[in-house]
Amino acid sequence: MLSKGTGLGRRIPKPWLLAAYGVAVVLLLIAPMFLSDFRLNLLSKFLAFAILALGLDLLWGYTGILSLGQGVFFGVGAYSMAMYLKLEATGGKLPDFMSWSGIDKLPAFWAPFGSFGFALAAAIALPALLAFALGWFTFRNRVRGVYFTILTQALVIIAVTLFVGQQGYTGGTNGITSFKTVLGFSLSDPNVKTALYYITAAVLIGSFVLCRWLVSTRLARVLEAIRDGENRVRFFGYDPAVFQSFAFALSGAFAGLAGVLFVFHVGIISPSMMGIVPSIEMVLWVAAGGRGTLIGAVVGTLALNWSKSLISEAYPDGWLIFLGALFIVVVVFLPRGLVGLFGSAVDFIRRRGKRHDRIPYRPVVPEGERQL
Amino acid sequence: MEVWILQLFNGISVSSILLLVALGLAVTFGLMNVINMAHGELIMIGAYTAYVVQHAFLAYAPKASFDWYFVLALPLSFAAAAFVGWLMEIGLIRFLYGRPLDSLLATWGVGMVLQQAARSVFGAPNVAVTSPSWLNGGLDIGSGLVLTYKRLFIIALVLAVLTAMYFYIYRSRAGRNMRAVMQNRDMAACLGVSTRRVDAASFAIGAGIAGVAGCALSLLGPIGPSLGTYYIVDAFMVVVLGGVGKLIGTVVGAAGIGITSTMFESWTSASLGKVLVFALVVAFLQWRPRGFVAMKTRALDGQ
Repeated sequence: MLSKGTGLGRRIPKPWLLAAYGVAVVLLLIAPMFLSDFRLNLLSKFLAFAILALGLDLLWGYTGILSLGQGVFFGVGAYSMAMYLKLEATGGKLPDFMSWSGIDKLPAFWAPFGSFGFALAAAIALPALLAFALGWFTFRNRVRGVYFTILTQALVIIAVTLFVGQQGYTGGTNGITSFKTVLGFSLSDPNVKTALYYITAAVLIGSFVLCRWLVSTRLARVLEAIRDGENRVRFFGYDPAVFQSFAFALSGAFAGLAGVLFVFHVGIISPSMMGIVPSIEMVLWVAAGGRGTLIGAVVGTLALNWSKSLISEAYPDGWLIFLGALFIVVVVFLPRGLVGLFGSAVDFIRRRGKRHDRIPYRPVVPEGERQL
Repeated sequence: MEVWILQLFNGISVSSILLLVALGLAVTFGLMNVINMAHGELIMIGAYTAYVVQHAFLAYAPKASFDWYFVLALPLSFAAAAFVGWLMEIGLIRFLYGRPLDSLLATWGVGMVLQQAARSVFGAPNVAVTSPSWLNGGLDIGSGLVLTYKRLFIIALVLAVLTAMYFYIYRSRAGRNMRAVMQNRDMAACLGVSTRRVDAASFAIGAGIAGVAGCALSLLGPIGPSLGTYYIVDAFMVVVLGGVGKLIGTVVGAAGIGITSTMFESWTSASLGKVLVFALVVAFLQWRPRGFVAMKTRALDGQ
């Protein structure tokens, strides 16, 4: 099924869609005026997560590959930037946790991270390379679907064990923390925080526009075709492995970028933030918002994280139950997510006037998933 | 020499635990193609059943018979986990056949709810289970080598479960129906097999085996709500490495991962050992993408 546009664009008239995007951008711009410092910081964090969700949506929603390993790429990006921030805080000297674990010289691979440019480049390139390598070695052999998903999950386990185990280089369970400045600006200054918020919002909007453009290209047609019928794409002479690895690497890059921004806002990165549970939660953001729509990934991320902080403030134990129930409800009743629900409502309203030519709604289950 | 024997024993012992945890998955994932992320929580249910049975013995049974609580705990763990598995199948999984990625997400949700439930019933901290006294100590095979009875017992238990599964799947009528449904559902239905009931029974059996694994794990250390999550990914790796659809694949996968990981971990460190094992699994998949033993099929997309 090579239909153009799996998103909302098909259902909602373009002027309305553009107006909605405009309202969203304005809301993002004026948010600092209404939110307390604490809430603004939360929102910044969620906007960073939304960038990761965009990449995951390209991978899962458009290419049909479910990765439970996004936490690793997020973590690698965050650690790269954290290494820079740590070195800046210590003035290029040995970080405290290293001397605790008996290392007396800065490890060679830490040294280049003293440069901001290198750290930023590494934060995006390293996860992308890691993802490409893993993708290439698995997709080339047509290991896919659930097998690939399990491999990505194993990747999370080994990454977490590695980061916890190599305490001298990574800070172990505590991770890397106590940063002071970025490029000379104090991280605790409210003005810097607001500036970082705007930077995050701008990166998110930029990423969204980039993804929107990407899904309008022929590349996205191929990705969707792989999702819907991989073998047919192969018979047409394409090599799906190249495209799948590319999509995986791209999602890794987005996750790394999200990690960078996350470190700025939260001021700490530890293995528990890249583990199995966070990685699976990331998938739920996309699923709850509606996969294959891009905007759904953003909406889902913001809605879920916002409700997570509200619920766990009110009932500390309630979040897990709520999250668990949400997994079940989304999968069974809302396979197209919140945005899909909205789309169905729009369909319903538009068709009310001409009920006689109403076409029964048929959910689109990608062929690839049916076969697996 | 002694080091090697001890290494080998450790490897076999780790493999046997992995195998016990993965055998249930060999049914639910291997045969039915459902990714049951709540498998770890079914293991946890088995472990807590052992804990409850032990407390019941302490409270109601004569003191002398305490050691035999474990004999009762094993079948009860199977029953408890199988019952929960059966409920899951009729309430949720049956709507998700043929959508493995969706079943993954939904069962993850079930797992979370079960974990939280265990946390509110038994408390968040780990609880200790006293092993029966006949399992304390070990077999001294000279020159300071002791093979603990607990590990030997688990190896024996795995062999017993494996044999029982073999006879059920390959030698009984119910098992034949099960294989028929998994291989060609429509044809099996035409020949009068109630596929709904076979699905539910198969899933319950897979869940029950997870319960037995949990009961065995309670011998090895304290148990807690997140007991199963430590094993779940390794268990899935075992099934992927071994190949789907045949019991022998699961055995090979467990032996491979168990023995290589103990070897690597003794040579390097625990964290580097895990990385090496993972790299080895990915390398192995370059050679045999469908795992060690794969069902022969001419279908384009396999399975």
